[in-house]
Amino acid sequence: MLATRIVVAALLLLAFFLPARALDIDVTNFKLENGMEVVVIPDRRAPVVTHMVWYRVGSADEVSGKSGLAHFLEHLLFKGTKKHPPGEFNRIIDVNGGEDNAFTSRDYTAYFQRIASDRLELVMELEADRMQNLVLTDENVIPELDVVREERRERTENDPSSLLQEQVEAAMYTAHPYGRPVIGWMSEVAQLTKEDALAFYRAHYTPANAILIVAGDVDADQVKRLAGKHYGALKNSFEPMPRKRTPEPAPIAARRVEMKDPRVSSVSIQRSYLAPTSSTAEGLEAEALDVLAQIVGGGSQSRLYKRLVVENSLAAYTGAWYGGDGLDYGTFGVYAAPVPGADVAKVEAEIDTVLAEVVAKGVTQDELDRARTKLLADSVYALDSQSSLARMFGAALTTGSTVADVLGWERDVEALKPEDLAAAARKVIDSRRSVTGILRPETQTSN
Amino acid sequence: MHQIIRCTTFFIALLLTAFAAHAMAVKEIKTPGGITAWVVEDHTIPLIAMEFSFAGGAALDPPGKEGATHFITGMMDEGAADLDGPTFQAKRDELAVKLSFDAGLDNFEGSLQTLSRNRDAAFELLRKALTAPRFEELAFRRVQNQFLVSAANNAQDPEKIASRRWMEQAFGQHPYARGSEGNEATIAKLVPDDLRAMHKRLFVKQGLTISVVGDIDSATLGALLDKTFGALPEKAEGGPVSEASVAMGPQLTHIARDIPQSIIVFGSAGIKRNDPEFIPAFVAMHILGGGGLGSRLTEEVREKRGLTYGVGIGLVPLDHAGLLMGSLGTRNEKAGEAMGVIREVLTRMAQEGPTQEELDTAKTFLTGSYALRFDSNAKIAGQLLGVQQDNLGIDYFTRRNGLIEAVTLDQVKAAAKRLLAADALIVSVVGKPEGLKSTGTGG
Repeated sequence: MLATRIVVAALLLLAFFLPARALDIDVTNFKLENGMEVVVIPDRRAPVVTHMVWYRVGSADEVSGKSGLAHFLEHLLFKGTKKHPPGEFNRIIDVNGGEDNAFTSRDYTAYFQRIASDRLELVMELEADRMQNLVLTDENVIPELDVVREERRERTENDPSSLLQEQVEAAMYTAHPYGRPVIGWMSEVAQLTKEDALAFYRAHYTPANAILIVAGDVDADQVKRLAGKHYGALKNSFEPMPRKRTPEPAPIAARRVEMKDPRVSSVSIQRSYLAPTSSTAEGLEAEALDVLAQIVGGGSQSRLYKRLVVENSLAAYTGAWYGGDGLDYGTFGVYAAPVPGADVAKVEAEIDTVLAEVVAKGVTQDELDRARTKLLADSVYALDSQSSLARMFGAALTTGSTVADVLGWERDVEALKPEDLAAAARKVIDSRRSVTGILRPETQTSN
Repeated sequence: MHQIIRCTTFFIALLLTAFAAHAMAVKEIKTPGGITAWVVEDHTIPLIAMEFSFAGGAALDPPGKEGATHFITGMMDEGAADLDGPTFQAKRDELAVKLSFDAGLDNFEGSLQTLSRNRDAAFELLRKALTAPRFEELAFRRVQNQFLVSAANNAQDPEKIASRRWMEQAFGQHPYARGSEGNEATIAKLVPDDLRAMHKRLFVKQGLTISVVGDIDSATLGALLDKTFGALPEKAEGGPVSEASVAMGPQLTHIARDIPQSIIVFGSAGIKRNDPEFIPAFVAMHILGGGGLGSRLTEEVREKRGLTYGVGIGLVPLDHAGLLMGSLGTRNEKAGEAMGVIREVLTRMAQEGPTQEELDTAKTFLTGSYALRFDSNAKIAGQLLGVQQDNLGIDYFTRRNGLIEAVTLDQVKAAAKRLLAADALIVSVVGKPEGLKSTGTGG
């Protein structure tokens, strides 16, 4: 199944943000003559390769009123070209024992195959072909729009916590397009057309706007040769423009979103703060927020867990995240699931107390050291998966960071001092930058 | 491809798998203390991944104590031996050890991942957790709250409701019908002694299965395994779960929920992993509704008609029963139409089987993609554990693609015919579906 993954800062997708970006690996990074960037990450343990093409375009690059277009186009990229008619792309991958899929976020759209390493050239030929030669027909496009609407029903409308998450993000961004969901509002998705998709394709899919990531059983010279042959032969149909989205006005008011739904059985509380990202942060702010999230809400040694779960028995679960993988803005956030019967206002007050303490007094050297140990170890664990490594670089390069930034993460985390975390906390944990989201059960009167 | 190497304290069977230019050597080691494990040694990155399982899982929960085995998974880091909960957790975090546990119907599984430099301390922590968990009252209550909240959430999750109801229909009074996590009522009634009883019942050497991959040699590992698992009792009292029979369809249950998309689970009896026809049946179900865009169900239900984001079907081989289960989500007003299409596709597959071309494509996909399951230490450890649990033999990794290649069109047709009965499906639906009835090709 073409399980398109929507990357959003949802409560349950926090694992995605756990950074593991410090790497002792031999990465090669270069550009083809047409401007397409290439990253090669060798991992020779198994005869398998992960081949990804990332485009610097996501839902935040759509025009107002066409939400969901970037993601819809991602689905349509599987509909064939002149050279490879509908269904053939998938058949070729199947016959060669490969897996393929794609995903869309606010800032990027990516296509990937995992396949035996001796088939690398084959997937390059296919992927290069659909960068410029997509053919769409009503016969393909109309059922696919229904598929996307089913996807929205399945992921969002059937799930109250996803619906609340959309509302929280809509409240967070007053002007910036991060306020609309990647999958799009149903009313707008329903109106998307083949012409919309083709126009978006022509405006954003070109080698100079793309990044090739190859991880696995390859060497850089081999990738250089094959990429030059297949991607290097493509001519740019336009010059990519700088990605300038409407900036947010300075946040001045704490916002609050509450939703009641009969499908909800227990209350959940979350609080998000508008934050800088890895590419917009000053100094070590982003790294400081990574570690701060760990200290505040990472696991059973964290401040929230100790206070709300262990000491006060008010919450069953707590957590925190820092989503710093955005081109323009990120979020720092916390959440809690109150125990059955707990006073929700009291749970929220306790969260506020924990955060206020961090802002007022910062963190201890011991807390910093423990959290750092965990995050640095995660970066070693990340070495075990070629596809996660590939994703890490793809996400960084499409959101304003560089290969050097990724490779330098470990060094930056090592350099952090408690004062860095305190300064980041003072800046970001400010109620004016916040949206509080509360999901409550609604007593059913009928079924 | 077979060579036997004798060591002083270990009996090692060395097998080289046939993965192109690369060789993955799976060894079976037997420790001085008599514990068996499958091992792949690879020193490329400084990590060790271990997966292990105890035979018997949540299906062994006594009546009224549903969720007890699953509850243990939440208590494994809440204190053991001389370490109270917070001390245990601090130690684990300081060592950056990843420990996780899972309770299925048939097995209690655990995994440990450690940086090589913290190896000995990591295994020692696991030893304590396995052999001397404290199950202290305060921690117990905390974890109980967590499971109560997730049980309440699960009780509202359309996919969970649909599959749970499907299992109830399929298994009736058999323990498999209860699922593995218990429910709010049973979890609320559990006490620490219930966990102690299940711990005693499950955590024994008989039925222990271990696989280890990464930066460690066999001699060092053998000693560590003896230390870690050696103190567990040899075996427990009590017999295995009884064999289950799967109810006959047609059956249709509807659970009304105010959601825009109906979630439908459908299926029937399947076959177990040790069935001689398992591989042809597996290939047949891949063609019918396996992963990838090319399956018949995806083509007819999603690609041609836009009725769903995802539809699939597959074999679910449990220890004491085999299942065939499929699912999809579709907008309420199309539920009847979607099930009608599914029934037609199943019927045609049962009557005609796949084409030679479909079979050929399935074979090249299944054999070619096998290597993708072995591209990280963690994934290899998982594969090694699964093959051991299924008793497929240490040479399975080299034999497996040959077994797929050898499947004939007649075998796949026979398997499809044997498994698929579109008019006798067990179906459970959550939502506000329109146009559904329990039998007939019209939906």
